[in-house]
Amino acid sequence: MLLYTLQRLLQSVAVLFAVSIAVFLAVYSVGNPVDLLINPEATQAERAAMIAKMGLDRPVWAQYLTFLGNALQGDMGVSFVHGIPALELIFSRMPATFELVVLALLLASAIGIPIGLWVGLRDGSRGARMVMTSSILGYSIPSFWKGMVLILIFAVWLNWLPASGRGDTVSLLGVPFSFLTLDGLSHLAMPVINLAIPNLALMIRLTAAGASEAVHQDYVLFARAKGVRSKRIIRRHILRNILIPIITVLGVEFGALIAFSTITETVFAWPGMGKLLITSIYQLDRPVVVAYVMLITFIFVVVNLLVDFAYAALDPRVKLVENM
Amino acid sequence: MTDQTKASPVLDVRGLQTVFHDTQGAWPAVDGIDLTLYPGEVLGLVGESGSGKSVAGFSVMGLIDPPGEITAGEVLFRGEDLRKKSEEELRRIRGIALAMIFQNPLSTLNPVLRIGEQMTEVLSEHGHDDPAAAASLAVESLRKVGIPAPEQRIHQYPHELSGGMRQRVAIAITLLGDPAVIIADEPTTALDVTIQGQIIAELQKLQVESGAGMIWITHDLGVVAELADRIAVMYAGNIVEMGPTDAVLDHPRHPYTLGLLASVPGDADPGAPLRQVPGNAPPLSQRPLGCPFNPRCSSATDICRREMPARETDAFGRSYLCHHPVSQKADP
Amino acid sequence: MDASNAPHRRDEPMAVRKPLTDTPQRRAMLGKLKRRPSVKKSLIALLVITLIGLCLPFFAQQDPYDLTSFSVMDNRMPPMSESFDGMVFWLGTDGQGRDMLSAILYGMRISLLVGLVSTALALIIGVSVGLVAAVLGGRIEALLMRLVDFVLGFPSILVALVLLAMIGRGVDKVILAIVMVQWANYARIMRSSALSERRKEYVEAAHNLGFGTGRVMFRHVMPNSLSAVLVLATVQIASAITLEATLSFLGVGVPVTEPSLGLLVANGFDYLMSGAYWISFYPGIALLILIFSLNLVGDRLRTALDPKRS
Repeated sequence: MLLYTLQRLLQSVAVLFAVSIAVFLAVYSVGNPVDLLINPEATQAERAAMIAKMGLDRPVWAQYLTFLGNALQGDMGVSFVHGIPALELIFSRMPATFELVVLALLLASAIGIPIGLWVGLRDGSRGARMVMTSSILGYSIPSFWKGMVLILIFAVWLNWLPASGRGDTVSLLGVPFSFLTLDGLSHLAMPVINLAIPNLALMIRLTAAGASEAVHQDYVLFARAKGVRSKRIIRRHILRNILIPIITVLGVEFGALIAFSTITETVFAWPGMGKLLITSIYQLDRPVVVAYVMLITFIFVVVNLLVDFAYAALDPRVKLVENM
Repeated sequence: MTDQTKASPVLDVRGLQTVFHDTQGAWPAVDGIDLTLYPGEVLGLVGESGSGKSVAGFSVMGLIDPPGEITAGEVLFRGEDLRKKSEEELRRIRGIALAMIFQNPLSTLNPVLRIGEQMTEVLSEHGHDDPAAAASLAVESLRKVGIPAPEQRIHQYPHELSGGMRQRVAIAITLLGDPAVIIADEPTTALDVTIQGQIIAELQKLQVESGAGMIWITHDLGVVAELADRIAVMYAGNIVEMGPTDAVLDHPRHPYTLGLLASVPGDADPGAPLRQVPGNAPPLSQRPLGCPFNPRCSSATDICRREMPARETDAFGRSYLCHHPVSQKADP
Repeated sequence: MDASNAPHRRDEPMAVRKPLTDTPQRRAMLGKLKRRPSVKKSLIALLVITLIGLCLPFFAQQDPYDLTSFSVMDNRMPPMSESFDGMVFWLGTDGQGRDMLSAILYGMRISLLVGLVSTALALIIGVSVGLVAAVLGGRIEALLMRLVDFVLGFPSILVALVLLAMIGRGVDKVILAIVMVQWANYARIMRSSALSERRKEYVEAAHNLGFGTGRVMFRHVMPNSLSAVLVLATVQIASAITLEATLSFLGVGVPVTEPSLGLLVANGFDYLMSGAYWISFYPGIALLILIFSLNLVGDRLRTALDPKRS
């Protein structure tokens, strides 16, 4: 177990390094780093100071080390537009994105897994085929257009829900969340649904595939030969088997949803990390873009690590101890 | 081998037909077989791959899924026709009164559930309410089949046990019920030769102690010669010969049985070419008209190619399906 | 028994039993069995979709690139309205007075073209990398696969977004971004397929006949792995189209001079609240139809080629 943990940690660190190099190269080689990282409106004195601080007049490898050193201390530059440290800016937007992503994942799983189970157990039936075809539709609809249609229907025509923005927030453990207020929920509804739909399709397909495969396994036939009731076969034998890969997928999807939230946040003007990224790209606020990439990579690496551990913990076949 | 009491059979299969559907049609894998099993006896169901013997076993249990379908016949278990029962009624019988041991012990146990749970669920699903008592029954059962340290094994997962041990667990599960009929579907085929003998001994012990009737499905004549009271030889979905083991093996009436016996390598003369039954067993969709064995039979004549032989029974309790049975020599 | 006495006469075919054809439950099962999708039909569907998509502009009644063919006087007219010279705007007009239907037809071609070209390039690169990795083995394979895992670890939208943010807009740049994101899928699938095929006996046989590793890989192994690659490619075209549309919507995709469907939707976003929904709505429907049909074909193809179901 210890060896495995160490291996995975080393791998993760290696990935972070690789990304930092890639980002560094992207920023410092494509175009003039001086222009990219220093506010074009800075005065000569400020420019000189920044150049010295970031070491932009030194050789590339030295610049990288400075970059890395600063990054490890949490200093990823200062936003041109907002004037505050880039990381701080991103952190301030994180709760909004996490709110969206977590709620979307919960919604997609709570609906998708039972439906997928139902479909998988009735493989080939008309109902199953209809659901599976609609699930293809679910991941085929372009997300940005889907969001717009939602706005069209629920905000413009029906006027039930607000078209954009985040609602009132309530502080939970010092962090502002909006799902605890009614106003917050009304603002959350459409973005969460928009984010959840493709994920829902995925959950249905994944669960259905796992269930239809599990149903044909020998151990299910043996359980039936033992006279076990179908409910128990589904609940204990099948579900327990397919939940393991599903949970690992959920972990990966968490990262993917954070990425996809850029689209939803743009369409619904949701003040999260994704919208910040897009606006920063438009406004050429490069430090924020760089900080976002590094942070996202970090989140991904951590999530992947957790998912690997979860898998090892859940699947009894994975040997955690070297000598059995 | 036990002495059969000519009581009424615990299992009486009549005219069982199981088909498999494809776009062309419905092909019978089991084509109208009759089988009887008496309490306490071992019936060896022998046949090569594709003969339909495993399908027959699953048909008795009622575990045939689409594209398969049981289309005709009666399966009388303790006098009641299982084919007329509802799925829930069948479920109540399975595992407790009618049990099955599968061929591949590596895949019959669920890898993510503990051994103990997979054992006690037989009891809890059939009305047994006391988990503690069920657990100790499971431990006892494991002990009876010779698994060391059963109290620890209960908490282990299947992958922590070898194939032979897992098959013992399957036998132990059967012991938890009180089966009147045990169907063992090639229980030793997937095991190492060295382990096979042990498992055969365990199964024999199980059968004697429980007094159940056992159908032993196999392709290995050597195994049934030792264990079975009666033998049924299956070919292409039909039981071509059935009778007391000694009678069938010493004086077979059906050319196929004769061919099988002659092809056992152990009996061959050293240096002489090994004998075999020429040709191959036909796939489901290419069963010949008339007697299914006719293309491979040296005694086949025109009538064999046109007409299915009728079942004939002789004085020694043997029955066979052949127009030209092997001529009798001095029968016992 | 005498083995030389071959029982059935070889000169005439053996009489075979007819199957039973009427049993209960058969009709239900027959329906299921006959509905299995076929590879040929799926491939034909794919070809038809592609050809239609590429030829669509032929049917347009107006060339949206021709600045003289439309007038801003016709702008934001709802569907089914008429221009002053009698042309019917079946799907309305946009903010500049362009006929939506024509713009959509042209836009579909661009979307499809970008999707096809990116997929083709990504396929060539990815399959080559996968094959090379499988052939060379050892450290090179490990390194290449690490790279593949790395690339696949990130969501495509982010990578493409950040990349395009750095290099700017343009059809060629969009294609580059998509290729960079998609090639790794092919590499992974090609290499795992090559690895499992390599263990099979026909490869050993080919080696024994004296064929070099490279030739065995290309002439023998690769064709057998193609079915998996084909299924992937179909779905990836849809994915590429979606990606391009999203990037264009976000403003980092194709330039305004060559509006793909995504850009059309983006252009219409501003008019949503004021009621001219058709400017965004219909291009989106067109996009949806394109992506959905491609994904549907991909799914059917995958089911048809699935070895488990035969």
